[in-house]
Amino acid sequence: MADYNMHVLVCGGTGCKASESEQIKNNFKKYLSELGLADEVQVITTGCFGFCEKGPIVKILPDNTFYTQVTPKDVWEIVEEHIVKGRKVKHLLYKDPKNDHLIPDATGMDFYKKQIRIALRNCGFINPENVEEYIARDGYAALGTCLSEKTPEEVIQVVKDSGLRGRGGGGFPTGLKWELTRKAAGDQKYVVCNADEGDPGAFMDRSILEGDPHSVIEAMAICGYCVGADKGLVYIRAEYPLAIQRLKVAINQAKEYGLLGTDILGTGFHFDIELKYGAGAFVCGEETALIHSMEGLRGEPTVKPPFPAESGYLGKPTNVNNVETFANIPVIINKGAAWFSAIGTEKSKGTKVFALAGNINNVGLIEVPMGTTLREVIYDIGGGIKDGKEFKSVQTGGPSGGCLTKDFLDVPIDYDNLLKAGSMMGSGGMIVMDEGDCMVSIAKFYLEFTLEESCGKCTPCRIGNKRLHEILDKITSGKGTREDLDRLRILGNVIKDTSLCGLGQTSPNPVLSTLDNFMDEYLAHVDEHKCPAGQCKKLLHYSIDDEKCTGCTLCFRNCPVGAISGEKRSPHYIDQSLCIKCGVCLEKCKFGAVLIR
Amino acid sequence: MINLIVDNKPVVVKKGTTVLQAASSIGIEIPTLCHMKLEDMDIENKPGGCRVCVVEVMGRKNLAPACVTLATEGMEVKTHSIRVVNARRTVVELILSDHPADCLICAKSGNCELQDMAHHLGIREIHYKGEQSTYREDTSPAIIREINKCIMCRRCEMMCNEVQTVGVLSAVNRGFNAVVAPAFEMNLDHSVCTYCGQCVAVCPTGALTEVDQTGAVIRALSDPSKTVIVQTAPAVRAALGEEFHMEAGTLVTGKMAAALRRLGFNYVFDTDFAADLTIMEEGTELLGRLSAYMKGDKNVKLPILTSCCPAWVKFFEHQFPELKDIPSTARSPQQMFGAIAKTYFAEKLKLKREELVVVSIMPCVAKKYESSREEFSMNGNPDVDYALTTRELARLINLANIDFRTLPDENFDQPLGESSGAGVIFGTTGGVIEAAVRTAYEVFTGKPLPRLDFEELRGMDGLRKATIDFNGTPINIGIAHGLGNARKLLEEIKAGTSEFHAIEIMSCPGGCIGGGGQPYHHGDVEILKKRQRAIYSEDKNKKIRKSHENPYIKKLYEEFLGEPMSEKAHHLLHTKYFDRS
Repeated sequence: MADYNMHVLVCGGTGCKASESEQIKNNFKKYLSELGLADEVQVITTGCFGFCEKGPIVKILPDNTFYTQVTPKDVWEIVEEHIVKGRKVKHLLYKDPKNDHLIPDATGMDFYKKQIRIALRNCGFINPENVEEYIARDGYAALGTCLSEKTPEEVIQVVKDSGLRGRGGGGFPTGLKWELTRKAAGDQKYVVCNADEGDPGAFMDRSILEGDPHSVIEAMAICGYCVGADKGLVYIRAEYPLAIQRLKVAINQAKEYGLLGTDILGTGFHFDIELKYGAGAFVCGEETALIHSMEGLRGEPTVKPPFPAESGYLGKPTNVNNVETFANIPVIINKGAAWFSAIGTEKSKGTKVFALAGNINNVGLIEVPMGTTLREVIYDIGGGIKDGKEFKSVQTGGPSGGCLTKDFLDVPIDYDNLLKAGSMMGSGGMIVMDEGDCMVSIAKFYLEFTLEESCGKCTPCRIGNKRLHEILDKITSGKGTREDLDRLRILGNVIKDTSLCGLGQTSPNPVLSTLDNFMDEYLAHVDEHKCPAGQCKKLLHYSIDDEKCTGCTLCFRNCPVGAISGEKRSPHYIDQSLCIKCGVCLEKCKFGAVLIR
Repeated sequence: MINLIVDNKPVVVKKGTTVLQAASSIGIEIPTLCHMKLEDMDIENKPGGCRVCVVEVMGRKNLAPACVTLATEGMEVKTHSIRVVNARRTVVELILSDHPADCLICAKSGNCELQDMAHHLGIREIHYKGEQSTYREDTSPAIIREINKCIMCRRCEMMCNEVQTVGVLSAVNRGFNAVVAPAFEMNLDHSVCTYCGQCVAVCPTGALTEVDQTGAVIRALSDPSKTVIVQTAPAVRAALGEEFHMEAGTLVTGKMAAALRRLGFNYVFDTDFAADLTIMEEGTELLGRLSAYMKGDKNVKLPILTSCCPAWVKFFEHQFPELKDIPSTARSPQQMFGAIAKTYFAEKLKLKREELVVVSIMPCVAKKYESSREEFSMNGNPDVDYALTTRELARLINLANIDFRTLPDENFDQPLGESSGAGVIFGTTGGVIEAAVRTAYEVFTGKPLPRLDFEELRGMDGLRKATIDFNGTPINIGIAHGLGNARKLLEEIKAGTSEFHAIEIMSCPGGCIGGGGQPYHHGDVEILKKRQRAIYSEDKNKKIRKSHENPYIKKLYEEFLGEPMSEKAHHLLHTKYFDRS
């Protein structure tokens, strides 16, 4: 048996994998065995470290060195310098953008300083395909405690006392949900894990399943014990092949170790888990739609009640929780409700994982205590706005969240505060926009998404969102009127008021919140036919400065629609009726003669 | 009991009552579009999708759909507040914004629930104009799908899947492109559609309609080289009056004959005559199989299944081809009529079959498909040229400016216009088998029937069974209407557990009175019940009530066919079935 004195952790998250982390790992193995170090240095693939902006990440233990943006070519240098000679490879270390200091240890980075990782506790630490590594970090201890020392009621009480609320967006108290399913009458009950993550840019569920699948499996078994179910189902989108593969490996290992299947840990409790694949419809994240999809029906929501707790999968009582919610459970059992509820705000306990994206320096996956302000997340953890630009807005809660202005930056993040501010928690998408973003276009962009992802069942969502989108399109084309702005608001409110499920009830949020917070931008589009951010192509006006134009004909030769005319060595001219505002002339002109307004 | 307040009025309702029902119980009608309920028939469509019935529930964040929201204790509901009316109008405006505005030439104009809704809500302007859906029109032998007019109420889908278990129609695509269509948006005639027409019967708009053959019939009527004869199915006379604002269940047999004559048909006949003929053939077949069975022949196919309903025939050809030897081989009355008309009657008139045009008036859209089946034609000339629905006949009558309500009662022509009461009751569920019993009993026992009304075979339950004592021999009879119910009996037969000797199956709920070609019932089940009562009253008032006593039937056998199941009868009146799986 090898006795390792050094470990190389290579990130195997989807993002780093796409940047050849597999090759990085293979190179490590190859060079180490060439040097005869294979029995001394262990190379393992882990789940996501979260700092995707700087990926692929390689971490060396025991000295905790954190290498960023590693390429397969860098591996030899790390092996030769760091592993053999004990010298850190400086050019691969993280450079603090504030003072250019090199920071070798992740704990010293602003990105990690304010994070508390509960749901992501094992991501980036363990090999997700090795159950023993999970067990070594207290894995399955919670299941053992529950099965041998606690009654289902006692476990439910712990979950209730912890204050954990659903992380999929709804924020429903998890313990209460379990209790409702426990109390529902039924000969067969089901535990469902909702892994149909669909918010654009959000990938916390995928990362947890890829990096720490056992935490979800363990929690589902605990849930099954509590509600009286012996069957678990994971509804996961087929676009998550790596998560699926790791889940499969984990389920098989758990079965081998007697942690799933019949008579778990000799306690007489049976629990099995089956995977159900989704085709990637956003609406199937809604629990009734998810259940219908699992039943082989069209993925469409139905009216609640009946809630799944009373009548869910195949008409049986069903408890549906999101991946991140489940990932919190084993820790809550191990460390106790009081420990968990000490983190967070009055009504939102624990932490929340956010996927930071947009025009922010540190794009990635973070986990912060509830109550952290948006400013802390964006500036301290996120490293502020890219290219030193001015912050304009942050959109939380996925495609149906609201766009908040800088006035909300000091709002402590929790379910209720975000709702009050006109947005929502959602599943934890957080997209940052700067001064170069047009908020009307942003609203249109989000609506495009919900428009395509609406199931089409109810009228307001099916047709109403289409009409909202058409009005926005009209505005961004410079044809909007003030009446259109009123229509947006009236229609948006009716869609919220009359739609069947959460998708339609929230889809107008980006429109309504930008109307509230960025009315001046709408008015500029409507009254002056101008896009202040210069993003709305159709509102742009290209012209040529007679004084600067040398008549080089470069713009004339590159214009794809022949809108530019002029004699050689004399100023050129753009025919506005032909111009398609593609911007090629601006790009090609070497004399700065093309003007844009 | 639950106490709630609707529009400031207290209401007490049973647990499980919806807000819609609670409001209705005190006379407050909340408008609905997708919702449809056929009381007592276990047929209900409530996807909660159109959102027209939204109401304000105090303390609730958003509006609640009344059709699927259950009344709860202490609930306070506003059904017509400003917020509600604004939302409701906006929702209907949205539907109209994605609906062709061709009401002037739409087949459903005047009978369209969306048109009525727009009128009811006083909509004069659509504030949300924009792109409209464009789908390909789909024409089949019986049904036209003009799904630009689909409003996603899902009623057709519910009928096709839950009631009929045919499973052709379902929602496809997402968002604005969502629409109800066969899988992969293929055409109906490539699907397992039975053409039962129940989708057409419940469609609130003009998205699903029958293939209109009135133009072809007018051309035939105006062609002097053609002799045009018409047959009318039993269920038509119990419903046609509704198209002329007569009370549902008014029998208009005489006025119908008069109207057909004024339309220019050379001979006005009755499908009921052919129904009597069907009983002679099918009853003989039943007795043949029964006698063989009682003599110990284990290979005999029992139970025998009726075969009058073309949608049912197509259903088992697709879904249960392994049972295709079980149904009676007797053709449907429509096709028996056509075969006899173009042989026996053509000979009498000394006409070639090509010179004779046979038109049938049917409560059914599947009859259009049935008449187009290749085996029911000779040298490319169909036995039945055109099959019009009850609704199409009403259009012809209106077109000819015939004042239907003031028409005198007239009789059918002979020889193909005489019928027994047994022929009449073919129009309702249970009628065919009761007619068969009346004849089979007397032939089997050689004794006159002690009674004519078999109440145990009647009613509206989807599945019924009864045992009739054939003078010491108990005969077990099953009845199913609605193909979902039929499927249950077929599964039993497949499993070898069926207890029946004979089973009557009709595709449409209620039988032909509820056919897809009948005047629209708009979800009012009372209309079906009244039509059923009308059918039984016509039977009761007939002098002859048993098929084998119809003198013209006797004459037909004497002059032409010989005896039931003779070779000639086999050739003209029986058929075979195909595996379409």
